Amino acid sequence: MAGIPHEHYEPKTGIEKWLHSRLPVVSLLYDTLMIPTPKNLNWMWIWGIVLVFCLALQIITGIVLVMHYTPHVDHAFDSVEHIMRDVNGGWALRYLHANGASLFFIAVYLHIFRGLYYGSYKAPREITWIIGMLIYLAMMGTAFMGYVLPWGQMSFWGATVITGLFGAVPGVGPAIQEWLLGGPAVANATLNRFFSLHYLLPFVIAGLVIVHVWAFHTTGNNNPTGVEVRRKDIATAKKDTLPFWPYFVIKDLFALVVVLVVFFAIVGFMPNYLGHPDNYIEANPLATPAHIVPEWYFLPFYAMLRAITDDLWIMYLLPFTAKFTGVLVMFGSIAIMALVPWLDTSRVRSGRYRPMFKWWFWLLVLDFFVLMWCGGMPAEEPYSTISVIGTIYWFGYFIVILPLLGILEKPLPVPATIEEDFDAHYPPKANPAE
Amino acid sequence: MIKKPLLSLLAAAGLALAALPGAAAEGGGHIEDVDFSFEGPFGSFDQHQLQRGLQVYQEVCSACHGIRQVYFRNLGDPGGPELAEEQVRAFTAFYEVEDAETGEFRPAALSDKFPPNTGAGAPDLSLMAKARAGFHGPAGTGINQFVNGIGGPEYIHAILTGYTGETMEQAGVTYYENHAFPSGWISMPPPLMDDAVTYIDGHPADVDHMAEDVSAFLMWTAEPKMMARKDAGLTAVVFLGIFAVLLYLTNKKLWAKVKRKD
Repeated sequence: MAGIPHEHYEPKTGIEKWLHSRLPVVSLLYDTLMIPTPKNLNWMWIWGIVLVFCLALQIITGIVLVMHYTPHVDHAFDSVEHIMRDVNGGWALRYLHANGASLFFIAVYLHIFRGLYYGSYKAPREITWIIGMLIYLAMMGTAFMGYVLPWGQMSFWGATVITGLFGAVPGVGPAIQEWLLGGPAVANATLNRFFSLHYLLPFVIAGLVIVHVWAFHTTGNNNPTGVEVRRKDIATAKKDTLPFWPYFVIKDLFALVVVLVVFFAIVGFMPNYLGHPDNYIEANPLATPAHIVPEWYFLPFYAMLRAITDDLWIMYLLPFTAKFTGVLVMFGSIAIMALVPWLDTSRVRSGRYRPMFKWWFWLLVLDFFVLMWCGGMPAEEPYSTISVIGTIYWFGYFIVILPLLGILEKPLPVPATIEEDFDAHYPPKANPAE
Repeated sequence: MIKKPLLSLLAAAGLALAALPGAAAEGGGHIEDVDFSFEGPFGSFDQHQLQRGLQVYQEVCSACHGIRQVYFRNLGDPGGPELAEEQVRAFTAFYEVEDAETGEFRPAALSDKFPPNTGAGAPDLSLMAKARAGFHGPAGTGINQFVNGIGGPEYIHAILTGYTGETMEQAGVTYYENHAFPSGWISMPPPLMDDAVTYIDGHPADVDHMAEDVSAFLMWTAEPKMMARKDAGLTAVVFLGIFAVLLYLTNKKLWAKVKRKD
């Protein structure tokens, strides 16, 4: 593996040599686990492990849930209640799976905003970043289709609204929508294909995760200073790094278990807090809920979708309908994040040394929460106007502010090495003990 | 389907159809917090209350509403009303169910579910306590649910006690003013009146107490494994808490040398 110089696995015994010359699997595990890792990583670098845990949790609980679930419009809702009432530990499986999705998204948002703050997307980590964005997209698809499976009111109407977005594409829209649904409306064919894809996509995500890890194991981790590990030789690299095992495995495990304390408290004591009560009503194509709301993790993007209405003056200039423009804005708001490696013109990687950037960054975080709040509110004033402002800022941050900041901003001095930064926090002793 | 119905006349008259759409009214959606015994991480169902709630459901609500997700045998399950087995059998004997194989009515068995009741167009109540939220604030964020809970049982209690006595008629349907119902007008007539049921344990049977009891019962029908869930949650949190402390100490020792703290 390219990257930071480090000691490699040497097969010593006869069996090891025999295996190594045929399948170097031990070597692969050793190099992966012993990867030199910047020793100044802070607590925001723990979300990757939490995300791996989430993926494993979702796949394992999901596989067992499938053993008891029936993907048919007449039976899906009752089969979920069967799991909740009659399957041994079924309630635990389902609540772990449902809340596991929320933990997954909490972790991914913290992971993404960590990357945005410390400039983890900047060269040479563009591919890691883009693979990450693909994982995030696949997660959203998986979560959306998974939410349809219990066949409650929000399942049905959420599926109707979101697939309806594809129907807004000029010309081919209605054909695409019908192709996605397997018919003119959300029905049994839709439920079945969503079930199939909900089972498939997590394995696609698992594959992408391997590529994601491979990519950043090649470039090395970013770190809070944004300064690269010195790669002159093994001895120099060791001054900036520590092996992943045991230092970061134990640290990440500790963080994971702290996160799990909160997670299990929610699963045990308030498992429906993040869900929507309407999804305990069986899907009814004849009764539309008063407010159709997606799960919390889609709300910021849902707000951007709904921000575009015919009332906006810009709609007079555009050749599209407001609905289609909203769809473009929603998908664009995610696509623009994937392009951030080329939009950020700053030579300094980490936000820690960028005094102006910090303000704009935290405003983006605030914007995210404001949009989330608006997405959960009815489509009326003042939420519509706030959503429009929030949408403009979201795009403005990536398209205008980041390119300009790199030119206008005068960054603070950056430490020469990771070792220097680490020693500033943990000063070497004046007189080393004899 | 019920052989010996002990039905409240009022409830029998409750041909509850759809709610009045768009009847904008002031005073709708007003939900008061109720201090239920099963709230919080350590709260548990009060078996006596669940049994009283079952009585209210059976004598009043069941005239129009089913609880089709619940098996008769569940009435004896741990963490529920916990009726003795002979009581469950005696209770089950009140019911006839439609046999899935023959399509004919036969006496209910413990392995049967409560028969569905859709005749009056009234919604099934099995999951009602999880299908409604009592609290949404502040500013629609739902953060107050952290303190009060989501408020499903409170919503049911508020509906049952929220009648003002006013009625109006629209398109041949009578609507009853109700402070808790979102639109302010509901098509279900007030189902409870003081002493509509007689509790054998001498518990007061005014509208407020009956509403509390049946709301607690419907929380159980919606979440029959709540007690097992809270037990497991507590075990998990305690175990993981201890594990976190051990990992903290391990991590501290591991890094002490690197951070020059040893």
